[in-house]
Amino acid sequence: MVEVKTKDESIILILQGVLDGTEHIDLPVLQLSHKKIQLVGENIESWNTDFVVTLFSVLKDVPKENITYSQLPQGMEQLLRLAFHAPHKEEENQRKKFPFLERIGEIGIHFCRSVKKGSIFIHECMASWSRQLIGKAVYRSKDFWMILTDCGPKSILIVSLISFMVGLILAFVGAIQLKTFGAQIYVASLVTIGMTRIMGAIMTGVIMAGRTGASYAATIGTMQVNEELDALQTMGISRTDFLVLPRMNALLLSMPILILLADVMGILGGCFVCVLFWDIPLSEYIKYSVNSFNMTNFLVGVFHGIVFGLIIALCGCYFGVHCGRNADSVGTATTNAVVYAIVWMIVMTGLLTALCQGLGI
Amino acid sequence: MTKEKAIIHVENLSIGYDDKVIMKDLSFDIPKGDIFIIMGGSGCGKSTLLRTLTALIPAQTGQIWIRGIDFINADKKQKLDIMKHSGILYQSGALFSSMTLAENVALPLQQYTAYAPGKISKIVSFKLALVGLAGYEDYYPSEISGGMRKRAGLARALALNPEIVYFDEPSAGLDPISSKNLDDLILEINKTLGTTIIVVTHELPSIFAIGKNSIFLDKTIKTISAKGNPNELLKNPPNQQVYEFLTRGVSHEKRTK
Repeated sequence: MVEVKTKDESIILILQGVLDGTEHIDLPVLQLSHKKIQLVGENIESWNTDFVVTLFSVLKDVPKENITYSQLPQGMEQLLRLAFHAPHKEEENQRKKFPFLERIGEIGIHFCRSVKKGSIFIHECMASWSRQLIGKAVYRSKDFWMILTDCGPKSILIVSLISFMVGLILAFVGAIQLKTFGAQIYVASLVTIGMTRIMGAIMTGVIMAGRTGASYAATIGTMQVNEELDALQTMGISRTDFLVLPRMNALLLSMPILILLADVMGILGGCFVCVLFWDIPLSEYIKYSVNSFNMTNFLVGVFHGIVFGLIIALCGCYFGVHCGRNADSVGTATTNAVVYAIVWMIVMTGLLTALCQGLGI
Repeated sequence: MTKEKAIIHVENLSIGYDDKVIMKDLSFDIPKGDIFIIMGGSGCGKSTLLRTLTALIPAQTGQIWIRGIDFINADKKQKLDIMKHSGILYQSGALFSSMTLAENVALPLQQYTAYAPGKISKIVSFKLALVGLAGYEDYYPSEISGGMRKRAGLARALALNPEIVYFDEPSAGLDPISSKNLDDLILEINKTLGTTIIVVTHELPSIFAIGKNSIFLDKTIKTISAKGNPNELLKNPPNQQVYEFLTRGVSHEKRTK
C-alpha cells in the first residue's frame, strides 16, 4: 500500500505492507517535476519489480536530485536509483507526435519528395542510356552477362510452367462457355489471340517482377547497407551506369524472348486441354491456332513486354538505390519494388490498350 | 595554419541531414602527412563529418578546402580530381561482393587510368601484397575474414596512391590483435608513403597508438570541444567530457582524489 502526504513543496510517499504493483498511486500531476519527492519505507513485508515499474511510471518526470530515499529495501532503492540515473531524452530529440492535419501534410510532402526523387532517377537513367549510346557509360561486361543469365535463361522454367498453366486455364474456362454454342473449336483461337496479344506479356511481367525486380532491389539494397554504393560514389563511378544500366539492358533483351516462349507455352497448354479433355483433334487445333495468329497481336504483346521490362528494372533499381541502411529496409525495398512494378504494369496496360484502340491496332 | 598550407582546411562547417543540424561551427586544419583523429562518443556525428568531407552528403554551411580547392563550390571535374587523390576505407570494407579482391582493387585503376590490363594486374598484386594479402587475388570477399576484408578495402583505397586516406571506424568488429595490426599498417603507410591519414574512431588504444592530432566532437554542445595530440589531451584535459572519454568514463574528480 502507498500513502501519499503533501507537505509544502514536498510529496511524501509512504510505502508499506505488500507492494506487488497493483497499488494505485494518486499524485498531484501539476508541476510534479518541480516537487521534492520523499520515498519512505515503513514495515514493508514484500515487494516485487512490478511495484518498482509502477512507481517509476508515476515519477518518471521527476529529476533524480529531487528524490530522496529512506528505509527502503536495498534492492528496491538500487533499482530506483538505476532507473532515475539514466539521462532524460533532450526535448528536441524526442519523437514528435503530429496532430492529424500535420500528418496529412507530412504525407503530402513525402509524396511530392518521392515524385521528385523518382523523376530525378528516371532522368539519371535516361542520361546514362545516352552515355551508353556514345560509349561513355562504364559497367563491367562480366556483370551484364551474369545479370542477363539470371533474368533470361534461369527464368525459362518458371515462365514456361506458369504460361502453360495460364493457357490451360484459358482453354478450360473458354471451352465451357463456347460449348453452349457448340463452338468449342474456337478455343484454339481464343487461347492464341489471348496469349499473343496480352496474356503472355502480363504473365511474364508479373513473374519477372516477383523474380528479377525483387532480386534487383535486394541486391542493390544490400549494397547500400554494406556501403558499396558510397564506395562507388567516392570512386567517381556513376551508380546508374554501373548498376542500373546493365540490369535495364538485361531485362529489355530478355523480355521479348521470354514473351515468345510464354506465347508458345500458353498455346501448348490450350492444346493439351482441347486434345485430352474436349476431344478436339490436334490437327484442327493447330489449324485454328495458325489461322488466328496475327503478327500485329504478337508485336503488340512484345511491345507490352518491353515496356514491362523497363518498369520492372526501374522499380527494382530505384527501391534498391533508395533503400535505408538496415536489414529491415532491404525487405521493404524488395516488397515495394514488386508491388510498384505490378501496379505500374497494370496502369501501362490500360494506357497502351486505350492507345491501341485509338490507333485501330 | 592557412588553407593554402593545410591539406584540409575546414571553416565554420555545419553538418547534418535535411534540416537537422548534427554539428556546427567546426573549424580545423589537417596538415599534410598527418594522422588526424576525429573522435567522440557514439552518435556524435563523426561519420557524418567524414561523409561530408568525402562529398557523400552536402555541407549545410561553412567551407571545406581540400588541396587548396574550395571543395563545396568545386565543379564536378574538380571534385572528381580531389576524390581521385583520396581513398576511403569504410567500416564494413565495402568490397563489391560480386568481384574478386583483384577486381575490387583494379576498379579505381580502370576508372581513372589508361593502364593496360597487364600493368593493372601488377599494381593490384603489389597493393594486395602491401596490406599482407599476397596470393589472395582470386578470392571473393565472402571467402575471407573481416580483418582481411578491411585490409583488402585498404588496398583498394591505396590503389591510386592517394594523398589522403580516410578511415571510418577501422577497428570496428576486429579482435585486438587484428586491430593492432591494422594500426601498425596505418602507421607504416603514413611513414613510407607520406599519406595524410584521417581516422574516425572511438577506440582508445588506436587513438593513442596512431594519432598525431585530433579533434573531439562533443554531442552536448554540438561542436569541437578539444583539439590537439590525444596523449597531450589526456595529460591536460581541457574539459570533463574529453577526460572521461579518454579514460573510459573515469571522472576527473575521482582521478584527482
